[in-house]
Amino acid sequence: MAPDSLSSTTVGPVGAVRQIVRWESALVVALVVVFVIGSASSSAFLSNYNLFTLCTNVGDLAIMALPMTLIILVGEIDLSVASALAIGSETLGYLWLHHWPMGLIFITVIAVGVVMGTINGLLVTRVGLPSLAVTIGTLEFYRGIANVILGANTVSNFPAPYNTLGVSAVPGLPFLSYSVAAFIVLAVIFGIVVHLTPFGRSLYAIGLSKEAALHAGIRVQRVKLGLFILSSVMCAIVGMLYTFELSSADEGIGIGFELLVITIVLLGGVSIFGGRGTILGVALAAFVYAGLQSTLLLSSAFNANDFQVVSGGLLILSVLIPNIRSFNQRGRELLRRQQARGRAAALRRSS
Amino acid sequence: MDIESPGRLVDFVLRARTLGILVVLALLVLVTALIQSRFVDGADIKFIFQQTSLYALLAVGEAMVILTRNVDLSVGSVCGFSAYISAHMFATHPGIAIPLVFLVGLGVGLVCGILTGTIVAAGRVPSLVVTLAMLYIIRGVDTIVVGPGVVLASTEPAAFLRIPEASVLGLPDIALAVAALVAVAAYYLNSFRSGRDLYAIGSDPQAARLAGIPIANRVFTAFVISGACAGVAGVVWACEYATIESTAATGIELQVIAAVVVGGVAIFGGSGSVVGAALGALLLQTINSALNVTGVLPSTWTEAISGFLLLAAITLDRGIQLRLSTALRRRRVRLGA
Repeated sequence: MAPDSLSSTTVGPVGAVRQIVRWESALVVALVVVFVIGSASSSAFLSNYNLFTLCTNVGDLAIMALPMTLIILVGEIDLSVASALAIGSETLGYLWLHHWPMGLIFITVIAVGVVMGTINGLLVTRVGLPSLAVTIGTLEFYRGIANVILGANTVSNFPAPYNTLGVSAVPGLPFLSYSVAAFIVLAVIFGIVVHLTPFGRSLYAIGLSKEAALHAGIRVQRVKLGLFILSSVMCAIVGMLYTFELSSADEGIGIGFELLVITIVLLGGVSIFGGRGTILGVALAAFVYAGLQSTLLLSSAFNANDFQVVSGGLLILSVLIPNIRSFNQRGRELLRRQQARGRAAALRRSS
Repeated sequence: MDIESPGRLVDFVLRARTLGILVVLALLVLVTALIQSRFVDGADIKFIFQQTSLYALLAVGEAMVILTRNVDLSVGSVCGFSAYISAHMFATHPGIAIPLVFLVGLGVGLVCGILTGTIVAAGRVPSLVVTLAMLYIIRGVDTIVVGPGVVLASTEPAAFLRIPEASVLGLPDIALAVAALVAVAAYYLNSFRSGRDLYAIGSDPQAARLAGIPIANRVFTAFVISGACAGVAGVVWACEYATIESTAATGIELQVIAAVVVGGVAIFGGSGSVVGAALGALLLQTINSALNVTGVLPSTWTEAISGFLLLAAITLDRGIQLRLSTALRRRRVRLGA
């Protein structure tokens, strides 16, 4: 925790830091509350089996949330993550169907990820298009390509060490899925890079003011291009992981994941306008999200569809709440203006 | 054509952009007809018009939103929800008048639009995030309401299902109605102050604020119109497809945005027209049909192609915009302005 608060004091005004710290403490409280309510409402909540399910539900999304955090930090967005995941998955399925060795498939998927990220990144940095428009386009484009790769086929004959990834826990820790274990390792690496290196600080600089960052000698375009490539590569790899967990690759895999990934990032206190947020916040948000999902799904009143509504609501709340203070200010300003107008009218009447 | 003054130059380029779509469209139809003559026989053309009217209807609302430098990703969910609710009216209220069903669809759309518009305009949060959330919230509510249920053609009156068949002089009624709507929307955007405001907000929000334009109101209105269009489109969807499940119209928002942007509405707002957006919808649907008819590519390519066209269109627009702004700057220098 220390590195986060330490490095955040170096970026942004003091008020912003206070807000971040408060947001993260709120997340810790939320996490505790969710787990207390969860374990109180169902004795199954803290069972190894349920915690493992909770992990498998969030692990992949949480990994995708890490590069998304960096992209949102620099003031861009990547909506194509779920489609990149799908291409990773379908490529795996297609090549496995054609008897490629797994190592070669892995390298190919990474290469495909690099291509996807480069297309996103170049359109944003070289052509100068808004990332929102570009990634809406590639969301559709990559999904379309993914549908073409396998067509209506389903590939599911993956061998033993791979197809058990989703059902077996990390040895010795029966509640921990491999995906969450990978996420924790990655989150630590991302946390160190973002909060303790000059590169990490340059991300905040770009997000707060692109021009200032440029004048400070930061290669803004190159950094952004790199982040888009990182995002697509990680999503393509997660596509392989997710395919092994489901032990099948078919069309329609991961549709709508972009919503969940962005929800986790914004719930983690990352500002949608860039320049503010921490990896710790995002990691906490991932577990709050997972805990909430598990609690709601365990209670018989909720099913997966209801949770779709809850996720959407969470997303709106996490962008609305940071605005509440400005709401207050605006309300007061409006009131002041109205009063002033009233006084002016009264003056006119009396004169 | 005199293109000396900067205003006329911009006008000319925009008109050329619309003209470009028409040329591509004509070439596409010609080539497809040469490969497969039954393409122009009537059945295919009718199908294209049917599909286009649905997408053009959605594109009109979406274009209004995009003009203000916002985006509405929730139109597919609103359309699907409205399709279910309105078609379900026939089961719960047997003998209900068909115009009333259209009003129900409109109502569903208005409610969704008002909700989204309020959050975006009053909450001052990015429309991208809000409408992404609404996409899933509305779809989730839809799934909860529909449950395992489904509206079947047998519960709907024959007159309702015949609506897409009705035509005047060979043109489907729905297409004519949508064309009229496009004309009204184009007139509104061109000639009404509040319509012009949408362009002002999209091209420079700061300047628009300083000019005293009520930005929040206008953006709110744009979202309500988009919701209303999506609501009515839901009823059109219902009478065209007859069988309505909770997954109806999933994912069509991307094709709608593609149509709008291919039709020349700048994704960053401030320029474009609803006529262009409707033509964009026509072009995309014609491409889909042409692919099916000629069998050059299997229909699984549809999504990839519309995604590619979206990317191509925004890249092209960016190029035009850069050329245009350098041309304008040079002209101003020459005129000494």
